[in-house]
This record gives sequence, C-alpha cells and structure tokens, in this order.
Amino acid sequence: MNVLVDRFDVFAGGFWLTLQICILAGIGALLIGTIMAVLRISPVAPLRAVGTAYVTVFRNVPLTVVLFFSAFGLPALGSNARFLDVPGLNVVFSRLGTDLPYFRFAVLGLCLYTGAFVCEALRSGVNAVAPGQAEAARAIGLTFTQSLRYVILPQAWKSAVVPLGSVIIAMIKNSALAGFFGVVGDLSQTADSLVSADGLPLIPVFIGISIGYLIMTVPLGILLDRVERRVATR
Amino acid sequence: MRLTRFAALAASAALMLGAAACGGGGSSGGSGSDVKKDVKFDAGTTMEALNKAQKIKIGTKFDQPLFGLKGLDGKPAGFDVEIAKIIAGELGIPADKIEWVETPSKVREEYIEQAKVDMVVATYTINDARKQRIDFAGPYYVAGQQILTRKDDNSISGPDSFKDGTKKVCSVTGSTPAKTIEQYLKDKATQLVLFDTYAKCADAVKNKQVDALTTDNVILSGFVSQSPNDFKLVGSKFTQEPYGIGVKKGDTKFRAFINDVLEKIAKDGRYEKAWKDTVGKVDSNTPSAPAVDRY
Repeated sequence: MNVLVDRFDVFAGGFWLTLQICILAGIGALLIGTIMAVLRISPVAPLRAVGTAYVTVFRNVPLTVVLFFSAFGLPALGSNARFLDVPGLNVVFSRLGTDLPYFRFAVLGLCLYTGAFVCEALRSGVNAVAPGQAEAARAIGLTFTQSLRYVILPQAWKSAVVPLGSVIIAMIKNSALAGFFGVVGDLSQTADSLVSADGLPLIPVFIGISIGYLIMTVPLGILLDRVERRVATR
Repeated sequence: MRLTRFAALAASAALMLGAAACGGGGSSGGSGSDVKKDVKFDAGTTMEALNKAQKIKIGTKFDQPLFGLKGLDGKPAGFDVEIAKIIAGELGIPADKIEWVETPSKVREEYIEQAKVDMVVATYTINDARKQRIDFAGPYYVAGQQILTRKDDNSISGPDSFKDGTKKVCSVTGSTPAKTIEQYLKDKATQLVLFDTYAKCADAVKNKQVDALTTDNVILSGFVSQSPNDFKLVGSKFTQEPYGIGVKKGDTKFRAFINDVLEKIAKDGRYEKAWKDTVGKVDSNTPSAPAVDRY
C-alpha cells in the first residue's frame, strides 16, 4: 500500500484534473439543464419541442458515444471548441486554454450529456409543485417568468435537490471516461499508467483512485443530505 | 457499468482493427506447429506437468495487430501467437489444445502470479520492475520506439522535435512508449494526448489534432502499410524494447526450456517463417533473433 504514499503526487495531480473537469462540467450541465427545463415547461410549443428533442437525444445516447462525437466529430467539422476558452476561467483551469482541445471536448461532452439529466431532475421538481400554485400565480397577474421565479422554482428546488445531487454524483463518476478520449492525467487514467507503464500492483492503485473519487462524491452526498433536511423542515 | 463500457469500447476497437488487418491477406493457418510426440521431461518440472495435462494456458494480446490479434474466427493470430504455438509444440501440445487467455498490459503480472496462465507472450517488454514479480525468457524480438507523422509534414525528424513545446504527440494510455516520450516533452499538458487504442491516435494525426504518433516500430509499420498515402515513419528507433516471454517467478527450469526452444528455432528457420507469416507482411526485413538473456 505504500504505492499511495510514494506516488502521492501522481494521485494528487490526477485528482486535481478530474476535479477541474467535474467543476466545469457541473456548472455547464446545471446551466444547460436549467435552460432546457425552462424550455420544456414553457407555454410556447416550438420551445417545448426543442427542450424535448434535446433531452431525447442526449439522455438516450451512451456517454461514450457522446464523448466520441465530441472528440472526433467536432474536429472533423473543423471545431476545436475554442469557445470554452473563456478569459479568466482559463487562468484557474489552465487546460481550457491549451492548443490540445481534448480537455475542452471532454468537458463539453460531459456537459451536454449531464444537462439532459439535470433538466429532467428539475422538471420532476416543477411537476411536484401543486398545479394550484401556478394557477394562483397566474390569477394574481404574474407573468410566466415571474411565476417561475417567485412561485414555482423556489418550491420545485426542494424536491429537485435530491435527484439533482444523484445526477452530479453520477457525472463525477462518469468523468472517468474522459481519460479514454484524449485527456491526459485524470484520476482513472493515472491508475492505468501507474499499473501498466510503471508495473505497480493493480489493487493498491485502484484503491487509491477509489479514495480520490470518494473524496469528491462523499462530501457532496453529505452536503446534499444537509440541504435536503433544511429545505424539508421549512 | 463503467467496466462494461470499457469492454464494449475495447471490443469494438478490436473488431475494427481486426477487420482492417484481415484486409491485408489471408491468415496463415497453423504454421510452425509441428508437435513433438515422444518428448520426455524430468519429473516435477512445469514441462512435465503441461505435457501430461496435454493443455496449456497462454496469455497474449487480442488487440495488437501483427502480434496478437483475435480475428473474426475467434482465434488470435500474429507473431506472438506463432512463437507461443512453437513452444507448445515443443512441449508436445498441439495448437488446438492451447487455451488462449487475453492478457492486456495491466493484468500480465497478476495473471502469471495467480497462475491464470502458464506463460505470457504478449509484446511484453522485459524490464527490471517487472522482473521483480515474474521471470522472463527471451528476448525473442527487439522492438524500438519510433515516430509516425503525416506524409506531407516535414517538421518532425525525431523525438527531439518535441522539445521546443509546439509539436503534439499521441500514444496509448499506460503504455511504455507514452512514458518514454514524456521526457522529450516540454509540457505534458499541452503536448501529449493518450487514447485507449492506436487507431484513435492515427485518426487524430490524420485530422491534424496532433502532429505525430509514437510507439513501437512494428505497430507503426502496420499503420503506414494500411495508408501509405497518409503516413510515414520518421527518424530511427530511439529505444530498445526487448520482448520476452513471462513465466512464474523462480521457475528456472521452464525458463531455461523456453530459452532453449528460442535458440533452436532461431537456427532452424522456424523463427523466420513465423515472422514472414505475420509481421513480415508489412515489414519485409526479417530480424535476426536476438541472443537470449539467461540472467
């Protein structure tokens, strides 16, 4: 087990890179998911259709395929996903600004895929709000945006928080696939290179990366439990 | 869940590679497998046990074109496979009694230690870290790392071309070549791309996402032979990767037996035939068998 101590720097580097992917993809997925959820419950039929189409496509295609199209389809179309190279953000997340696009491709693929699940988690929350609430909001003359903002979403959030948490935890674990699409040095890929190129024993190394993923997911789970308790007792 | 995805990915990649490699020409049916009928081994040796059981479990790659690649017929084929068949034949075991076990790079030591295989012939580079856990017979081939680029790209001449930090290179996750090329790079984060198969790297080179692909020369030769209009090899081999046959640590007699076989086939032409039937299809220079290392 001293592998974990001897190669701590490698594990730490892998952890940091996976964390970067997860933070960026998490933010992106929440944004995309919220937009899509609003589209899906909007009163305008074409907008609803857009939201539904998005969820249908990205929820039903395996993540490996989404990542594959992201890593090999976009370059074929001539895109290097440069739009993700946001000034400021690329200082903290240095991989966003590199010439190698695979980090951006992985973040993008993970965003698009997880966004569909975030959308459905939020929509389930909205559906849990009693219809009378929306009707009452309309009755007192609130617009669609106002009723969402002041009446529906604050209540929807309560029942959406648990499924949302599960979606994000699933996303953290799904990020392990990024290493198979050109991202060098993330947590699970670190394990592969330690085991096969350096000849380290398999089991301690995989225990090491499991700890890495647990450090990300367990506190998130605990936090969600707290949040759930707080919103539920109100 | 994640594992099934890996498996599916690996399987589909292997299938694609398999289909591509099969296009090259018909497979060589069971060459080099003349079975010794009246062999006698000392009691208590691994050779005697295997001979008596009339069965041997051999680990090889199922996804390595030219060396060990499982085709659509379900049987692995390649140079490693031919060498393994010859050794089995010398043990008095016919090729159809061999149980082929897939041994990807990261499980090879484990499988030998746990006796899931009797020996491993799987583009297995001999090195000291591995010798701590298992023993190697051979080498039976010395590969070397080289660089492949686009045919129209003259800006790369060897590993030193990566030192200024502008050129990007691709290799396979967890492989020795990926490790080796790191020391020629200025910044790993901006210059190195790793995939799970070489086919993806080749695609990335073709798409100009990266400038070069690096790994052992024989694998690169396979890609150049498949698309000579897109790719070329540049520079010379800059590492020595002696491929050995992995056996259980401490089984000196079995190791000596395999070494004897390797020395014998280097002289009697069976080594050359095994090469010509497999790798020789893309690399016409038959190497002379390297001297075995009886450490």
